[in-house]
Amino acid sequence: MKLKSLFNVALSAAVAASFMVVGFATAGTTKITGAGASFPAPIYSEWFKDLAKQNNGEIKVDYQSIGSGSGIKNFIGHTVDFGASDAAMKQSEIDQVPEGVQLLPMTAGEIVLAYNLPGIEGLKLPRDVYPEIFLGNITKWNDAKIVAANPGVELPDTPITVVVRSDKSGTTFGFTGHLSAISSDFQSAVGQGKMVQWPAKNMVKGKKNDGVSSAVRQTPGAIGYTEYGFAKLSRLPMACLENKAGKFVCPGPEGGAAALANAVLPENMIVFINDPAGDASYPIATFTWMLFYKKNKSAELATALRKMVEYCLDEGQKIADKAGYIPLPESVVEKVRAASNNIQ
Amino acid sequence: MADNKFLGNAGGRTLSKPPTPGDIFFDKSFRFLTRAFTWATVFLLTFIVYKIGGEALPAFSDLGIKFLFTSTWNSSQDVYGILPQIWGTLYSSFLALLLGGFFGITIAIFITQDFLPYRVEFVLKNIIELLAAIPSVVYGLWGIYVLIPLIRPVANFLHEYLGWIPFFSTRLSGLGLLPAVLVLSIMILPTVAAVSQDAFKAIPHKTKEAAFGMGTTRWEAILRVMLPTASGGIFGALVLGFGRALGETMALAMLVGSMSTLTLSFFSPADTISALLANTFPEANVGLETGALMSAACVLLLITLIVNVAGAVIVAKATPGGDKR
Repeated sequence: MKLKSLFNVALSAAVAASFMVVGFATAGTTKITGAGASFPAPIYSEWFKDLAKQNNGEIKVDYQSIGSGSGIKNFIGHTVDFGASDAAMKQSEIDQVPEGVQLLPMTAGEIVLAYNLPGIEGLKLPRDVYPEIFLGNITKWNDAKIVAANPGVELPDTPITVVVRSDKSGTTFGFTGHLSAISSDFQSAVGQGKMVQWPAKNMVKGKKNDGVSSAVRQTPGAIGYTEYGFAKLSRLPMACLENKAGKFVCPGPEGGAAALANAVLPENMIVFINDPAGDASYPIATFTWMLFYKKNKSAELATALRKMVEYCLDEGQKIADKAGYIPLPESVVEKVRAASNNIQ
Repeated sequence: MADNKFLGNAGGRTLSKPPTPGDIFFDKSFRFLTRAFTWATVFLLTFIVYKIGGEALPAFSDLGIKFLFTSTWNSSQDVYGILPQIWGTLYSSFLALLLGGFFGITIAIFITQDFLPYRVEFVLKNIIELLAAIPSVVYGLWGIYVLIPLIRPVANFLHEYLGWIPFFSTRLSGLGLLPAVLVLSIMILPTVAAVSQDAFKAIPHKTKEAAFGMGTTRWEAILRVMLPTASGGIFGALVLGFGRALGETMALAMLVGSMSTLTLSFFSPADTISALLANTFPEANVGLETGALMSAACVLLLITLIVNVAGAVIVAKATPGGDKR
């Protein structure tokens, strides 16, 4: 009996609370919820803040940076209005969404090799060297191959500590995709994945992009992969990598833009730039996608989503460079804009 | 506060007045509420165990007993084993308990045994309890940016000259077991110190007076009378601290290095169950991987349960008779 009355109280409270929520949501503003990739989270939150300001709070976007995999999971489970992922979506995942899926690349980033060698800037790493480092075959900084690529640089006799991600990540997916594309040894020993079995011996794992960059910063002789923006933010020196054309290109907006310009977007908007051609291309660049339902709950929501995309493509791209991301080339923007009409 | 105990339970007022209807109502509703919340806690715990167990059991029966005794965690091939994580959890918690326990008890003695004027005692006690209020992310960041650079030279010196001792057999590159253990021991310090203090305070004043009356010195009184008398409570404090260390997640996920290695070395990266859960769960594939993680959570729950039950039994045996002097 007592339990029953307690239950009634709880029930009425819950009902009252849900009415309050409904009342709040219909009060003029369209609330959009999104979740997913952590790599674009800094720029997304900046975009959404600015978007709300421009619309006088008409469209409010709440984005949670919970990782690409969780973003896809939530998107398939219909707990968000849009998802976000660095690894796009697999066909098997797309098939689980009956409304149809429209993927839109929103921005792009570079994956850089940040390292910790006091006094050495602009280290050059050839294509046959950095896969070997992550395979654990090159273990000293004064390895003959590294020395040969960096004439005049005094490389110390320190062991290389490899820093990788401890969590599953779209960044790992992009990085291992690139390594697999340029090294058949890496392809067969490790392969591409959001989380892989790294064979290197002297290794630590950091949580998320900031975990890797702080581990690199705190470990003399360390090298780790992280998104450009994070390395830039923590002022770590980044290695210049040899691209497909045999040129060394340092991370930065120009190299990234050149790499993206080489990408040809197919109908489904999914393309991975694992080893871009072109003299000026920085070799490791990735798009990052927002995931939308083709058929949405309401027309209002669909309109708001399209407005949001339009803002990101137009105003949003202007701040990309400053925030450590690569602005989408005009040709890509046009295609994405056209595809955004599929959000209904 | 100290005066109150001479006045008895009633506090000197309203000695034999019957309770008013208001009192009765308040008393009854309070009793009802406490009972409801107690049961809610029990239900909640049962529900959690049911939920986790429900997802863990099928996976565990798929993975078999080798889940507990192998050390590969490879989600792309659906091979899971958590031996290094079990070892890392127990090893790091044990080391943290050794350090945090020692300092916690020492602090408790220092604060409760009249070494300090009352005001200083009060301030110091609060400062130590404040350690418990620091979020574990802050501890993690402090570990990365302050602690690691501080201990690395010492660690690498030890490795260079005493590397033949298994505890020092690897270099400390940065993240690793030692920084994790140090941070853990600071995190459990307030728990151990606070509960041990209560244990010392619970000893009747006469016990110490009697010890002095027997002609003991101050340190003899503390070490041979006070410490054994409080041992039940102190042990309880250690059990609580150990439980906290076993379950701590965020700071460990940031500091421990997350490598599936079985190692005795203090300087090697390691992994713990809670760090594995924190790192892997958000992105886990639905299916066997989630199930394996749930099984790992069950293992952690079981370890914590065993520690707490064993602790409760020992405390119960040690306290009432006080037969061990």
